[in-house]
Amino acid sequence: MAAVQGGLVDAVEEKDIKTEPSSDGIGNNNANDGGPLSASPSSSASAGSNKSSAGAPEDQQTLLAVLQFLKKNKLTESVDILRREAGLPEDSLDLKGGDSSGLLSCHHHLVLNAHLTETFSPTAAGEDQPDVNVVLSAYSQQGDPKLYPVYYSGLKRFIESVLDCHRAELSQVFYPLFVHMYLELVYNNYESEAKAFFEKYTGDQECYYEDDLRILSSLSKREHMRGNETLLDFRTSKFVLRISRDSYQLLKRHLQERQNNQIWNIIQEHLYIDIFDGMPRSKSQIDAMSGSLAGEGKREANKAKVYYGLLKEPEIELPLDDEDEEAENEEGKPKKKKPKKDSMGSKSKKQDPHAPSQTRIPLPELKDSDKLDKIMYMKEATKRIRLGPDNLPSICFYSFLNAYQGLTAVDFTDDSSLIAGGFADSTVRVWSVTPKKLRKVKSAADLNLIDKESDDVLERIMDEKTASESKILYGHSGPVYGISFSPDRNYLLSSSEDGTVRLWSLQTFTCLVGYKGHNYPVWDTHFSPHGYYFISGGHDRVARLWATDHYQPLRMFSGHLADITCTRFHPNSNYVATGSSDRTIRLWDVLNGNCVRIFTGHKGPIHALAFSPNGKFLASGATDGRVLLWDIGNGMMFGELKGHTDSIYSLRFSRDGEILASGSMDNTVRLWDALKAFDDLETDDFTAATGHVHLQDNSQELLLGTYVSKSTPVIHLHFTRRNLLLAAGSYNP
Amino acid sequence: MARRRFAEVSRESVKLMAESAGAELGDDVAALLAEDVCYRLREATQSSSQFMRHAKRRKLTVEDFNRALRWSNVEAVCGYGAQDALPFRPAKEGELFFIEDRDINLVELALATNIPKGCAETMVRVNVSYLDGKGNLEPQGTVPSAVQSLSDDLLKYYQQITRAILGEDPHLMKVALLDLQSNSKIAALLPYFVYVISGVKSVSHDLEQLNRLLHMVKSLVQNPYLYLGSYVRSLVSSVMYCILEPLAASINPLNDHWTLRDYAALLLTGLYHQILLSLQKVLSDPVRPLCSHYGAVVGSTLWGGRCAVERVLFPHLPAYWANLQAVLDDYSVSNAQVKADGHKVYGAILVAVERLLKMKALSQPADGGSSGQPGSAVGVVGYRVSSPGLSPPPEPLSEAALGIASHLQAGGAGCPWEEWTPVPLPAMYCELYSFFGDSLAVRFSTGPGFGSYPPCPPSQLGDARKEPCGPASNPDTARKMPQLTANLNISPRQDGSPRTDPPPPSLASTGPGRSLARSSSSSSSSSSVQRSKSSLSRSGQRPAGPSRDVFPKARFTSPQTGLPVFSFLIGGRQRGRRCKLPVIGRVGKPVRRWACSHYSLHLPL
Repeated sequence: MAAVQGGLVDAVEEKDIKTEPSSDGIGNNNANDGGPLSASPSSSASAGSNKSSAGAPEDQQTLLAVLQFLKKNKLTESVDILRREAGLPEDSLDLKGGDSSGLLSCHHHLVLNAHLTETFSPTAAGEDQPDVNVVLSAYSQQGDPKLYPVYYSGLKRFIESVLDCHRAELSQVFYPLFVHMYLELVYNNYESEAKAFFEKYTGDQECYYEDDLRILSSLSKREHMRGNETLLDFRTSKFVLRISRDSYQLLKRHLQERQNNQIWNIIQEHLYIDIFDGMPRSKSQIDAMSGSLAGEGKREANKAKVYYGLLKEPEIELPLDDEDEEAENEEGKPKKKKPKKDSMGSKSKKQDPHAPSQTRIPLPELKDSDKLDKIMYMKEATKRIRLGPDNLPSICFYSFLNAYQGLTAVDFTDDSSLIAGGFADSTVRVWSVTPKKLRKVKSAADLNLIDKESDDVLERIMDEKTASESKILYGHSGPVYGISFSPDRNYLLSSSEDGTVRLWSLQTFTCLVGYKGHNYPVWDTHFSPHGYYFISGGHDRVARLWATDHYQPLRMFSGHLADITCTRFHPNSNYVATGSSDRTIRLWDVLNGNCVRIFTGHKGPIHALAFSPNGKFLASGATDGRVLLWDIGNGMMFGELKGHTDSIYSLRFSRDGEILASGSMDNTVRLWDALKAFDDLETDDFTAATGHVHLQDNSQELLLGTYVSKSTPVIHLHFTRRNLLLAAGSYNP
Repeated sequence: MARRRFAEVSRESVKLMAESAGAELGDDVAALLAEDVCYRLREATQSSSQFMRHAKRRKLTVEDFNRALRWSNVEAVCGYGAQDALPFRPAKEGELFFIEDRDINLVELALATNIPKGCAETMVRVNVSYLDGKGNLEPQGTVPSAVQSLSDDLLKYYQQITRAILGEDPHLMKVALLDLQSNSKIAALLPYFVYVISGVKSVSHDLEQLNRLLHMVKSLVQNPYLYLGSYVRSLVSSVMYCILEPLAASINPLNDHWTLRDYAALLLTGLYHQILLSLQKVLSDPVRPLCSHYGAVVGSTLWGGRCAVERVLFPHLPAYWANLQAVLDDYSVSNAQVKADGHKVYGAILVAVERLLKMKALSQPADGGSSGQPGSAVGVVGYRVSSPGLSPPPEPLSEAALGIASHLQAGGAGCPWEEWTPVPLPAMYCELYSFFGDSLAVRFSTGPGFGSYPPCPPSQLGDARKEPCGPASNPDTARKMPQLTANLNISPRQDGSPRTDPPPPSLASTGPGRSLARSSSSSSSSSSVQRSKSSLSRSGQRPAGPSRDVFPKARFTSPQTGLPVFSFLIGGRQRGRRCKLPVIGRVGKPVRRWACSHYSLHLPL
């Protein structure tokens, strides 16, 4: 997806940020007019203060730019809608800068958002967008390239000379400065200087930027910059740094004294410095949070309230004939309610203050079969083993044999009765892991012959002849990267490299719908725990929310700067989390499409996400082999689990949330004491107040066990309802 | 950052490519092209790695690269998708390298009759790792890691032997056992074999395996070249486990775990003194299931021969009898299984005491009037002459046995072996007769000395007998099997007791009738006494008592008034026979190989 989209959406969406001179293409025209350096001394207090004044017109201009764009592309309908909703007068397009006070409401915003992305996605594929040139032209401002190393080393010397407490914070500036200076050199055709500059200072950069630097180093010509996504990310998004006020003042004073305009320009234009009051952070604190493609998440980005509580379970009457234990005593009828109350536990309690209202998003009605399933679930739950450090789950490993390295995705049904695999040869295979075989529904002609009034009609509609242990679903035309069962076990979703998400019926074992919208590979998809909705995300950097009965997405979540690699629904279905190769995790509100949390700290693409069963916490695993734990309530990282030596592809909390299991390419399953990690969190409220993490390195204490498979990477984990751990992977001899 | 990190296409290569396509390129153009090609290659590689990651692989495939190319609107490169590596060859003349690309005759391929079989179907298989509570994997027949440090030959031997013994083939097992029995070079492996044997605890459900492990013990013990040293203890505990524990296999009455217990008990003859203590403890612990008691009885019978029976079983009989009787008297249906077990124990005891009597009778002449050689009739003597008692057993076990004996003494809680004195035959017979009545197969002339209340050792025994006479005449005495053995009463003589006994009432009661009780406690530590006491008091409050007790109906009518004192009916020390230590020497009789009496309770005397 091209820069324009990302940039625009960013600007519109995060309007509260109120950037100073906007860095994206359209806003760029007047961005440099005032001259950033001259503007900033006037507002000596902070960079933030003068932003607020600039805010309203900025928005206006962005809107106008959008309108212009729409008009140019002859999307008159959208123009009308946008104008109406933004409250712009008919002729506002001509009256540039005319004042109007329309602030977009969330809803409008979303509509705009959706329109934008949809209209942009087809066009973005082309490379020679004029807009891209505009973006790049930001680099055209001249400076003496010979002096870049001098500037840089001057700053380096300064930062090395400051007090220890400030040094770590100010060192954060190095990486973005380095990248932007290098790109500027390349853009202005100083190839050899760029090369020299790169080689001289690349060693100073933090090791976790290695991947980006490798891409950067391969780029040495202006022509290369066009169409390079990583580069566009750098241009279109501001690199976010968190720096304490003291350190920032120090830096500013230095740069102003030296009249170091070049560096100051870059800082003003391409960096967003999030200034906080208080103690500067230590190196380890900074390292914990940095590593993402675009710096840390802004603090404001994590301020929104998240209703992370669970929804109230619907009251379900146990049917009379469904009691096996009490069946003996006929007088057991009054008893009937009791076991239900017990098993439902918290249901009688009053609403969780952190839970969203029951109707915040419309959820499907429970069918009879769903209720039966809930009853089964409760029964199983009473037999659940309580796990803990002294009582670890046994592990049942499902090995895929003869998969020829082709197994790309696995999922289990919630009741652990079915297992499905997505394969590189475009097939989806479903196995029954119980003695019950998979059967298709009879053909329509045969169905007519069935006595519809009979009690066992559900049994009669199944075609006994088709019973088999596994079924193969054909339909995709590329590797199947994501797979997800619906909670009611009637459907299966698969997402593929061919850009589609397919919905399969597990009654007929045929494809019901192909959802087209992603035009690039779809890396992951996940059903909502309440069914009906699902989320998908892929190479186009946009996560889409779908409903099974709509062939268009309901919501589009854009903001990630690189591929969305994994998607997860929150247990209450009101939020979705997406992990990306920009090394951030975002939490999105399904209701209004807002991004409500940005988690940074991973040093590699994120490939696994798991919500704790109580909805309060999120665990994420990445190619860096680390698992990070996040508190959704306050947006803080509170744990880092080190131990894996390769990419983590699966994470799962046990049913009661006591144990976190992680599976990795290093052929191990590791079990972590999640309860202890959560406990540590609750005792530490200082971090919550300051917003700075203090991670103690207690991975070894939290690690409860490491279990090695036989050259079988663990790509999926699942806890059965009784807390037996199931793992799956393909044996790679 | 050295540029060399990346693959580079030289400008010569570009020129060559251009030439083969029929175009002439200038140097500068070629250089520019080469650089751009390098960049594009790198870019494509970067994006192809994404496909690799999402396919959850470590290996970048041609397919991944082609996908990356396709998504960046570049034509895919065909023909390199083969699984096997493509050979990269130099040409004979000049510095030319190329990938071997053979022509394939499609017609031939299409019409070929030897169609390769389809590759195996993808399938799912399950493997379960059972974790114990601590997160350790349950052992699944793996070789203990320490074994790895052994030399290859030894390791191989170890593996072969364990595999053969624990494997299916009975013939192989025999060969392995024979070798184990005679091999002189396996001293280094001893700890590992002992470790393997200690695995009995994990296979208690598998009679067959237990048997095999016991055979292994036998072979080790019989191997003359092995010095068992401190490993004896471990072996003993393994064998004891088979004898005494309520094995999982014994839940099923069809399983012949009795034989196993017999065999294991037999094994103990090779293993030694240590057992005495355990046997006694088990026997005096009424909470243990009957099968454990049975084990203790046969253990003392077969292992210890006369001495063990005399010292372990006989003194405990009175206390035990009451419990056993209670079980046997219970005719309720629910008790049937327990009762059957009880009969088993009863039979074992009977066999034991009969043997004891016989041996005692036989040795009587030899004893003459003195202590002489009470152990001369020790029946079960194997390859090693086992000589219970204190006297140091003869070589080769001597050291180990000594060590154990000293250990025993240390744990003997002030009841040294020295205090044990044999009970004369007549007294014993009287006593046993009072339990078994006519069930005793051994008969002695019931002369004046052998009455139902034989005043045979007139002085002391008479004294002892007098006292419990009253309680003994309770209704039960009329039964075929006279059982009454003990009762609780308030001993009026406690204060007058010549010895100052510890205040808590103990099995070793006061008064002149103590000698046997004394001998009973000779080896049992005070703890066992305590335990039986507590069990007594528990059965006193029977209604509230836990129903899980194997002797739920032990009938002790305890008048709880005053300080209860427990006293035995059984007679006392014979003054005339007061003797020094029982000295047991080599047996005069020919040594019997134990092999001939496998599994048999009824050893010929």
